Amino acid sequence: MSEQQIPAKTPLYQEHVQCGGKIVDFAGWLMPVNYGSQIEEHTAVRSDAGMFDVSHMTIIDVSGDQAEMFLQRLVANDVARLNLNQALYGALLNDQAGVLDDLIVYRLAQGYRCVVNASTRDKVLAWMQQHSVPEAHFEHKPQVMIAVQGPNAIQRLLQVEAVSGLTELAPFYAMHQGAWLIGRTGYTGEDGVEVMLPEAEGIELWRKLREAGVAPAGLGARDTLRLEAGLNLYGQDLDEATSPLASNIGWTIAWEPAERDFIGRDALEQQRQTNEQKLTGLIMRDKGILRHGQVVHTNAGEGVITSGTYSPTLEYSIALARVPKKAVGECEVDIRGKHKTATLCKPPFVRNGKVMHS
Amino acid sequence: MSEIPSDLKYAATHEWARLEEDGTVTVGISDHAQDALGDVVYVELPEIDQVITAGDEAGVVESVKAASDVYAPISGTVCAVNEVLEDAPETVNSDAYADGWFFKMQPADVGELEELLDAEAYSEVCEAEEH
Repeated sequence: MSEQQIPAKTPLYQEHVQCGGKIVDFAGWLMPVNYGSQIEEHTAVRSDAGMFDVSHMTIIDVSGDQAEMFLQRLVANDVARLNLNQALYGALLNDQAGVLDDLIVYRLAQGYRCVVNASTRDKVLAWMQQHSVPEAHFEHKPQVMIAVQGPNAIQRLLQVEAVSGLTELAPFYAMHQGAWLIGRTGYTGEDGVEVMLPEAEGIELWRKLREAGVAPAGLGARDTLRLEAGLNLYGQDLDEATSPLASNIGWTIAWEPAERDFIGRDALEQQRQTNEQKLTGLIMRDKGILRHGQVVHTNAGEGVITSGTYSPTLEYSIALARVPKKAVGECEVDIRGKHKTATLCKPPFVRNGKVMHS
Repeated sequence: MSEIPSDLKYAATHEWARLEEDGTVTVGISDHAQDALGDVVYVELPEIDQVITAGDEAGVVESVKAASDVYAPISGTVCAVNEVLEDAPETVNSDAYADGWFFKMQPADVGELEELLDAEAYSEVCEAEEH
């Protein structure tokens, strides 16, 4: 990776420092992991409103007469299904149907906008280059991107910016406001928006939201929120060696129309017959914390935890684990040589502030 | 800048040790360590009467973010553990040097304390980590 160089800073870096952010190097970016207490930031998002700087993520605009065809070949979900200003979640697969990245694609009047991960930027841009077609132009378009999330997120944004129609904006739809693109999207399991906007306006929006009482939240809270919401993290729950069918994102694959020849399709058709694994949830009410890499012993054989944490909402540990398809019920997790009992369950663990498995 | 009391001894692995009047040694993790870990949500303590050698694993402290081993700064026998941490692990964050202690040892050789870092040397360890 070329990102072993000097870490980059987003335009909001100084804001993070001013808010007391503890800065860490994440995928080549100097980002706040928390601003004091990860748990308080997490709780702010579940109960009120919090905001994340996600400007390190990679925005790629795709335009031209063949933009749709290009993305129909690259993305396992079908962008042709999108209405104007609608967005979808999907995966980029390699020829073996391993997951190169997960992404959001918006269909806009001027073309498509893809948002991919920060850690995969060079890889995805190279992949797009490798599969480029004459009439599809793609361009990396860095912008400030702020995710405002929580039950009061919309209300707080409206307090600082009059956006007409925002309340009515449907989930997974986007709207323009001047130079801003506002999507009713996020990765926390709560209501909210992701706002993409020019640098100076982004800094101003961050400051205004802070004054309106929106809690700055770091990468730490982002991780516990997404895990409670049962959402995957690329590099942990998704990777190039693993099928999307074994990663709980089979629902993002558009099998129809059958003649759409997206990359990885042949391998995926095979995996549909042969895949013996699933990514599912684990909860452990006993003391102790489930972590990435711990081995899980189930009724149907061994598995492994891909992401594990303490859940601030539930106050016990939760995890995503890749286990045999037939695994159900209780299982044992090997935590530093000790076997602890956990229960398999279907993610999410928390959605819209509600506990899903009580 | 984190707090580093001058009356304690420190291990480079971020434990502190305090010689008590009764001859036992109390062990915890430093303010710098708790700050680096973030919100502590689980602590695993050694067993009472467990005999440990300096540098051995004597417990685990887990924050939301990560698990970290706690090492015995000196050799000896565990004579008390801080049960408060089982239900209130966040005490490690709020009071690392007092209520957030981990365990007490009967030292095998109290002289081993002299081999640990003083506050000044330990603050250099912390500073080096921050750069």
